[in-house]
Amino acid sequence: MYQYDEYDQQILNERVAQFRGQMQRFLDGKISNEEFLPLRLQNGIYIQRYAPMLRVAIPYGALNATQMRTLARISRDYDKGYAHFSTRQNIQFNWPQLEECPEILAELAAVQMHAVQTSGACIRNTTTDEYAGVIAEEIVDPRPYCEIIRQWSTFHPEFAFLPRKFKIAVNAVPDADRAATMVHDIGIHIVRNEAGDVGYRVIVGGGLGRTPIIGEVIREFLPEEDLLTYLDAIIRVYNQFGRRDNKYKARIKILVKALGIERMAELVEAEWDRIRNSEGKLTAAELDRVKQHFVDPAYADLADEPAELVAARTENAAFARWLQRNVRKHKKAGYAVVTLTLKQKGTPPGDVTAEQMDSIATLADEYSFGLIRSTHQQNLVLADVEQRQLFALWQQAKALGLATPTLGLLTDMICCPGGDFCSLANAKSIPVAQDIQVRFDDLDYLHDLGEIDLNISGCMNACGHHHVGNIGVLGVDKKGEEFYQVSLGGSSGSDASLGKILGPSFAREQMPNVIAKILDFYVAKRIDGETFLEAYRRIGHDPFKEAVYGKAD
Amino acid sequence: MAKLIKNRAFVENDKWHRVADDQPVNEYSIITLERWNTEHHDLQRFASAGKLGLWLSSEQTIEQFEGVFRNFGVIAIDFPKFTDGRGYSAARLLRERLEYSGEIRATGDVLIDQLFFMQRVGFDAFELRDDQDEAEALKAFTTFSNPYQGDVADQRPLFRRQARG
Repeated sequence: MYQYDEYDQQILNERVAQFRGQMQRFLDGKISNEEFLPLRLQNGIYIQRYAPMLRVAIPYGALNATQMRTLARISRDYDKGYAHFSTRQNIQFNWPQLEECPEILAELAAVQMHAVQTSGACIRNTTTDEYAGVIAEEIVDPRPYCEIIRQWSTFHPEFAFLPRKFKIAVNAVPDADRAATMVHDIGIHIVRNEAGDVGYRVIVGGGLGRTPIIGEVIREFLPEEDLLTYLDAIIRVYNQFGRRDNKYKARIKILVKALGIERMAELVEAEWDRIRNSEGKLTAAELDRVKQHFVDPAYADLADEPAELVAARTENAAFARWLQRNVRKHKKAGYAVVTLTLKQKGTPPGDVTAEQMDSIATLADEYSFGLIRSTHQQNLVLADVEQRQLFALWQQAKALGLATPTLGLLTDMICCPGGDFCSLANAKSIPVAQDIQVRFDDLDYLHDLGEIDLNISGCMNACGHHHVGNIGVLGVDKKGEEFYQVSLGGSSGSDASLGKILGPSFAREQMPNVIAKILDFYVAKRIDGETFLEAYRRIGHDPFKEAVYGKAD
Repeated sequence: MAKLIKNRAFVENDKWHRVADDQPVNEYSIITLERWNTEHHDLQRFASAGKLGLWLSSEQTIEQFEGVFRNFGVIAIDFPKFTDGRGYSAARLLRERLEYSGEIRATGDVLIDQLFFMQRVGFDAFELRDDQDEAEALKAFTTFSNPYQGDVADQRPLFRRQARG
């Protein structure tokens, strides 16, 4: 993974010093609440329902064992001994003291971590595929490009006060998208052109929230070295013309809709034309320098399907099921990609305890070159595990509650913190997730259902990505009571689509039954191994609606 | 009264002054774009002497001032709220696209923690809001010693300025 040099470290150390000063001025009453707000947000600090929340960046999901142990220690020393992985690959502490945050940031900086721009109206953490660099299907490893974007976006002098938050995601796999790039402000698809050159297809104007929109292509092919100047051009247009009069209409997606993608492209291309050959253009040396941080680890020369693995799989059905669900093919023979699921029954999706974090760090050291990735689905990945060690790893992961064999299945839900923590939420989301986990805990049934994305948000800001869940659940407030609206047919994949609302909302206690009716209907109607999404797209919306609400008169 | 910073020091007795649209213009007046557009024949003598300044609202974009900016010795860009970031692009475009070499002055809701960004996009005068701590403000100009991006003073990003790795 990327290792800081003296410049990276100096910038981060200066940031820690800057925020210490800002916090001191705030505590001394020299900065008002309102004026401190963007300063703390750009250092990851929200004021939540009960306490501040600190969101720490995990740039494109990459962290090492030392960093994981530091996160564990912070959760013990400054919080209540647990933390929460978010859908944008970040980690959140829910109970720090405001005045201790500068100290936490200093501890993070010592292990090359930070909370820079994890919130606020600025360019946020860039996200990507959790399988980056270890799967054969990708065009190239997307992580060097993410790191280049990270550096360019960090304290960008022109774009620190955008109309609204700005999120970029990068994908390098044709026909699969684990980074939800179509619903980001900018989605970058790394592609090759006909000449075989690496470049980017650029998507703009996607997003969730109150106005969910699938992004549109603004440029089919952008040469590799033009990445940053093109981003400058897009965001410069947005910074000048994006609406600032209404925060719900301030995202770039609204500007793109208002102008139309053709006009937006004209403006961006005209701006880019003026700056494309400026000093901001990437150099081959810089591309090469950053790529050198992501070369393969020292893989051993191994064969696929070693005898130990085959034997363990034959003898142990539970292990076999985990292999089938949570372990993925690696580009290198003899290795595998393992997902540690943070979806244990009785635990909010994405939550980990300090003890689990320490243990995950140990597992990473023992089995995967000391490296860990966080995922959009709120899980963790050990990307370079020898196949002959899978059984040993599984046993340990299972004992830690990290081997629930449900990756991609119904109970591998995405869920925002909701009304239990968040001051924006209209309804709680975690109890809905827990009710569903309890109701649908039969592994045979879950495996038979196959892949289903169930996403839950506690309000229309859509942090739980309900619009792009195959089944989406949105918490709504009706006269002070919590209700839940269900939508079907969403997808965040390369075939991205937005879910359609099924009908009137439900009380929380009805939700497991509602989900059961939807699933029963799917099981009854599916043909030839169709996934839920495929079946929904074939059958259409109304039959599902009827299955839940009964026949309309 | 805002306190003016230039060259990382507070400046007393600044000769430039904002003039409302219904007030007479004299030397070193800073006027609105609307006024220039309607009265430029009468005001040209001040402009030709380098003694006229322009005040831009955050709504006014480069298309509106690119034809006239050369007439002004000072261009003041307003920040109606410190969170309104349009002025950063306006200043940068003035410097980099239009190659304006006169003074670009930040005015309005100008706070300590914006100064570092402002100087990088081309502002060289800062009307600091009067409740801001003066010593802290001067320190803010050196918050980061070697930022990642290029800026108006040196367009090279860090990867071109320094041999890394």
